[in-house]
Amino acid sequence: MGLSRRNFLKGAAAGGAVAACAATATAPADARENKALPPKAVGLLYDSTLCVGCKACVVACREANGTHPEFSADEKLWDSPLDISGYTLNVIKVYADGTADHKDQEKDGFAFVKKSCMHCVDPSCVSVCPVSAMQKDPETGIVRHDPSACIGCRYCVAACPFGVPRFSWDTPFPRIRKCELCSPRQAEGKIPACAEVCPTGATLFGPVAALRDEAGRRQGLAAGQVTTFARKTVGSSDVHEKAIPTYVPHIYGSTEMGGTQLLMLAGVPFEKLGYPPLRDRSYAAESETIQESLYKGMVGPVVLLGGLLYAVHKHTKNDHEED
Amino acid sequence: MSKYAPLGGSLITRTTVIAGTLVAIMAGLVLYRFVFGLGAVTHMSNGYPWGLWIVYDVMIGTAFACGGYAMALVVYVFNKGEYHPLVRPALLASMFGYTLGGVSVIFDIGRYWNAWHLVTPGYANPTSVMLEVALCIMAYVLVMWIEFTPVFAEKWANAETKRKINKVLFVFIAVGVLLPTMHQSSLGGMMVAYGYWIHPLWQTDLVPLLYLISALAMGYSIVVFEATLVTSVYKRPSEGHLLASISTYILWLLVAYLVIRWADIAVQGKLGLVATSGRLSVMFLLENLLLGLPVLLLAGAARRAKAQIQFISAVCMLAGAGLYRIDGYLVAYNRPGWHYFPSLGEVMVTVGIIAFEVLAYIVFVKRLPVLHAAASPKDNQRAPHLAATTNK
Ligand code: SF4
Ligand code: SF4
Ligand code: SF4
Repeated sequence: MGLSRRNFLKGAAAGGAVAACAATATAPADARENKALPPKAVGLLYDSTLCVGCKACVVACREANGTHPEFSADEKLWDSPLDISGYTLNVIKVYADGTADHKDQEKDGFAFVKKSCMHCVDPSCVSVCPVSAMQKDPETGIVRHDPSACIGCRYCVAACPFGVPRFSWDTPFPRIRKCELCSPRQAEGKIPACAEVCPTGATLFGPVAALRDEAGRRQGLAAGQVTTFARKTVGSSDVHEKAIPTYVPHIYGSTEMGGTQLLMLAGVPFEKLGYPPLRDRSYAAESETIQESLYKGMVGPVVLLGGLLYAVHKHTKNDHEED
Repeated sequence: MSKYAPLGGSLITRTTVIAGTLVAIMAGLVLYRFVFGLGAVTHMSNGYPWGLWIVYDVMIGTAFACGGYAMALVVYVFNKGEYHPLVRPALLASMFGYTLGGVSVIFDIGRYWNAWHLVTPGYANPTSVMLEVALCIMAYVLVMWIEFTPVFAEKWANAETKRKINKVLFVFIAVGVLLPTMHQSSLGGMMVAYGYWIHPLWQTDLVPLLYLISALAMGYSIVVFEATLVTSVYKRPSEGHLLASISTYILWLLVAYLVIRWADIAVQGKLGLVATSGRLSVMFLLENLLLGLPVLLLAGAARRAKAQIQFISAVCMLAGAGLYRIDGYLVAYNRPGWHYFPSLGEVMVTVGIIAFEVLAYIVFVKRLPVLHAAASPKDNQRAPHLAATTNK
């Protein structure tokens, strides 16, 4: 009994060392901050109240990314993806309540909503990918995926706070797909396909700073006031006139998870549209804070290994002679 | 004269035949998966992209395989030589548990032909907890096979080679304690990036610590579990006195785990969720019941000395900590609109992997000097050709 108590004390000492490690892990002093918006960040502003649900952007996105249509009914009459998937990078969904009579109204109304990658300022997918297959462009902030690097572990699929990266489950040679803000098109001087074809400017391309200003301008105007809305690119001369709707007083993506480069305006609460309220601190920052404080410069593991080498060597010496 | 000896005896028994059949079924399913894709065999989806294979085979499987780690810690680090007889069998089970955990990852990852990127510095992403886990586990599997070389050497090598191996072995033993400390905690740490997808009763920054403590306790529990089974199945003299003191470790590790788990929940003001989370409240309480029961059972020295109490406590501990992992990654992982329950195919692959471990374990203890020799004279008589090899 006395012996086992001594054992326990030694064990407790070791446990204490581990606990100390964990304590540093949660110490706020060396917390990794959210990443900052890159200087030349580009993105999209999606205004749900302008969207007419034509889904031109869904078709254009297919064309730009070479994906095939998906069918949700047995008769394959039209392209009808229910959600983004391993083959669909962008969808327009609809929120409907009660009689669904009035557009952009929470009760007895309906509203459209775009689902595609948010291009997070501090993306989880980039933080978690073991083989750097998800990368955020340091200039434009576009989050790209490189299938030639990807091992298909699906950590990004599981960790993305918006549930964006999708995997193709029905093939022996699967891949991850997600919106890359039409990087290849942008390299040719074109704008993202979904913004290019949008007839109302509901999906608008541009520098994130300008998109934030534009979203702020719309929210600053009184409901009912007639104003101009640009199509394709923020500040373009291709405009149409329309009255300001009643907006929910928040720009989704301005703060969520440290901000996103796809910003949203809507007439019904974002939560109803599938965009839940999220805190400011990114989970990437939280996860990396723990990793960094435990493994920074590998000091902790090296010290621990030193102690272990000493102890094990001392305690196996006799074994050598015996054997 | 070696301290260890093979058990000997026939390899064709009812157990090995059943295990072999299960392994064959697994092989068929795995082939099917490689031809038709993951969706053809599993119920995983874009909402639940990790299923049984990761959560059982890797998260739980490697924690079950912490016996070698846990025993190395007491024997070589805390110098409790009296536990020596338990080290080799524990290491053997760990070796198989980890190796097969690694193999099942190859079944699971979608683009396995790129798996080598994990060990290629140009691809490494230092912020990825998964990368750390993957590298540590791969290194640990290697280290364990090296740690096990004396067993092969005793059977096949000469005295000089054995001496050389033993001289450097301490390095591998030390690394073999460091690596599981790192990756067992990080297996939990991978959860932090999941953020709000995981219910607050399971999502905490202390999850690496909880995983580490529970993995150690699982390591000791599996040693108790296996030693009890081997004793009764192969009719060997009991190692009960050793198992009683090992049960003390389980007891205190569990106390530490439960105190940290509950204090963390209380400090974060989440105690109310224990009662108000519906189905998840039930799972949470079940988990804590399974982990609390061994504390009650093992608390008294007299009770702790009883083989049944040790065994029941170990089983509860393993079930509770296993459930903790299943809950965290699957049950408390809530993606609105998505559901997951493993398919029969997924289950049969996991069962096949366990069967393979059992099979390999039996082959090894019967043919290699794994178990302590003093205890198995009659087995050696039954297999004189094997007894001879141990007389080196
Ligand atoms: S929304 Fe998801 S996939 Fe897109 S950048 Fe953010 S974390 Fe990555
Ligand atoms: S699935 Fe591919 S992109 Fe996603 S985390 Fe794994 S390796 Fe990275
Ligand atoms: S930016 Fe390109 S890839 Fe992304 S949703 Fe729009 S069209 Fe699709």
